[in-house]
Amino acid sequence: MSQVKLFTGFERFWHWTQTALIFGMLFTGFEIHGTYQVLGFERAYETHQILAWTLIGLWVLAIFWHLTTGEWRQYVPTTKGLVPMVLYYAYGIFSGEAKPYTTTRSAKHNPLQRLAYLGFKVLIAPALWISGLLLLFYTSWKGTALGGVLPLELVAWLHVAAAFGMLIFIIGHVYMAATTGDPWYAYLKAMVTGYEELEEKKASSRAA
Amino acid sequence: MKRFPSPGTWSSVLAACLWLSAAAAAWADEPAPTSTADHSKFEELAGPFATGPDVTRACLQCHTEAARQVHKSIHWTWNLDQPQTGQRLGKRWVVNNYCLSLTANYARCTSCHVGYGWKDASFDFTVEENVDCLACHDTTGTYVKFPTGAGHPPYEDTPFQGKVIKAPDLAKVAQGVGKTSRASCGACHFKGGGGEAVKHGDMDSSLTAPPKSVDVHMAPEGLNYSCSTCHEFKAHDQAGSRYLMKAKSETGVSLPGQESNRPACESCHGLTPHQAGIGDKLNSHVDKVACQTCHIPEFARGGRATKTYWDWSTAGRLDAQGKPVVEKQGDLVVYDGMKGTFEWGENLAPEYFWFDGSVRYTLLGETIDPGDETELNRISGGYDDPKARIWPFKVMRGRQPYDKGNDILVVGHLFGKDDAAYWKTFDWGKAVKAGMEEAKRVGQTTADYSGEYGFADTLMYWPITHMVAPKDQALGCADCHSKDGRLATLTGFYMPGRDANPWIDRIGWLLVLATLAGVLLHGLVRLVTRKRQA
Repeated sequence: MSQVKLFTGFERFWHWTQTALIFGMLFTGFEIHGTYQVLGFERAYETHQILAWTLIGLWVLAIFWHLTTGEWRQYVPTTKGLVPMVLYYAYGIFSGEAKPYTTTRSAKHNPLQRLAYLGFKVLIAPALWISGLLLLFYTSWKGTALGGVLPLELVAWLHVAAAFGMLIFIIGHVYMAATTGDPWYAYLKAMVTGYEELEEKKASSRAA
Repeated sequence: MKRFPSPGTWSSVLAACLWLSAAAAAWADEPAPTSTADHSKFEELAGPFATGPDVTRACLQCHTEAARQVHKSIHWTWNLDQPQTGQRLGKRWVVNNYCLSLTANYARCTSCHVGYGWKDASFDFTVEENVDCLACHDTTGTYVKFPTGAGHPPYEDTPFQGKVIKAPDLAKVAQGVGKTSRASCGACHFKGGGGEAVKHGDMDSSLTAPPKSVDVHMAPEGLNYSCSTCHEFKAHDQAGSRYLMKAKSETGVSLPGQESNRPACESCHGLTPHQAGIGDKLNSHVDKVACQTCHIPEFARGGRATKTYWDWSTAGRLDAQGKPVVEKQGDLVVYDGMKGTFEWGENLAPEYFWFDGSVRYTLLGETIDPGDETELNRISGGYDDPKARIWPFKVMRGRQPYDKGNDILVVGHLFGKDDAAYWKTFDWGKAVKAGMEEAKRVGQTTADYSGEYGFADTLMYWPITHMVAPKDQALGCADCHSKDGRLATLTGFYMPGRDANPWIDRIGWLLVLATLAGVLLHGLVRLVTRKRQA
């Protein structure tokens, strides 16, 4: 058994702050959308804006961190090992098969994770950001050429659709990341403490 | 060199300050006269005056140009050539769903004309002494124009509808003249439509001395504005008219020396009136939402109900003595044999429409569809119109006589001593015929009356712009940004909180539920299979 530090302090800070911000944004966002009334539109809207700017700030930090540390490579997609990973979650996980992927410090995400997180980072999040900023600054661009071709409601629809994408991602992510480790909370614990117990223990438990 | 005065110097400065402030307080007890002339000292105004025009002749001895200035104003002409629509508007020409029209009812309506003697179409608009100076410039509060006196005050105490209207002492009124006030403007404007609060909904006698909650600008405890603070007068001609509105100010604060933008809110508050908080969303509303829309959350807030519905078709019920039946609910008349059925409302939420400031009236002679509700005035504007903003309106609904043969509106001869006057004989046939003959005579229409009348539903839009509330009473975001909010019926543009693409929501929630069901099922199967393996 060896404890490997998988997630640095910054990564954990980034992950959990982002978690709180995104949950807050979903909660206030769907209120602004008119799905329910809890805070009231005005407070929901103001909170949504504060959270948005905070999240943008956090992302600027995170992008800087990824670029300078080279950790962005963790998200480069690969097809290698993707199919076994899909098959594992579709079948092998039920029959107690070992996960067909070995986590290491330099490659901590399996191919399926890489794809999911990349999708989050290059599709869902930017769609929310860009549409959100366009909504926020609508009055500044509606008189320009952009305003002529891009109706407000299209931007709003995109924002809502991307928010649904985010919600769906979170449901899948929480389930996979918080319950499919070994023991079931292993990944969750790693994201809290930074340390994951790698390989030897897994091998021994499989043998048992 | 001494840099600071000695303690002795300080104390004498302090003493001087105290003395000065005490002296100032003593002066403040007696209001300093704002005018350089005391009209009570003028021989010309010593009186006695037999008639209103006698007073005017005295005024004109010094104010040589005043009458000619008034002659050019809408207060005198009751005429406005609307440049945007080319229509000839003003009280002389329009039809409304209160007392229908000035035509054939002169002496009653012109009790609010800024003149003396407009009792029929032959009134001479060029006579200078026919201008009524006192109606606007009385400060004694004793000057009244007799309700049926064609603009004249009662020259002796005269009974009217069960009350005696006292004849004003014209010399005393003349000696007390001064600037216009909320009370002097309100003597007519608070009673439009024939009585207290009836017509506008945002103007009634509560504005004579309103609390801040009713009008934040006019409250004596606050800024104490008079009407003319915003409706600036230049040579007796005022700024601002319902017939020709500026729905959106582009110029912002009006500085002295510049062309005044008043009475637009922006002329004082500027084009970015809100403090930017997180983001600047409030200020980014001002291009599409009129200030009044949020800042006049309700009208008729002064404790006086305004009329919201008037059905002339039920008029004419008389009691055994042949007198018109009057029914009341509380203090409010809900049926009057002379006028028909009324509905009233207090603290009313306005209705909201896009408005670019231009109003086109349905004038006499224009064909209407009697099966439909006829808009007596049509406001223009829309979401895509950069000049238009969302404005609040009182919508006055009613049912009024029309020419069944020609499908045109009619005017009715209501007031008069003759046999055709509706309020004399209660015969619509005669009243409409007489009204239409007069309308043709004065050029209000070229159409002949077919001889057959009916009743048609009508509505009128009255922009709400007075009774601005303190800012903490302004509408909140959710008043509009919600499914059943105030703008629920103003469709055709996307508004967050109200609008959504139903398919994005349906598919979105379906996928969310499917994902949730998927992971739950996946987890359940894991639990079951793990137990089986164990």
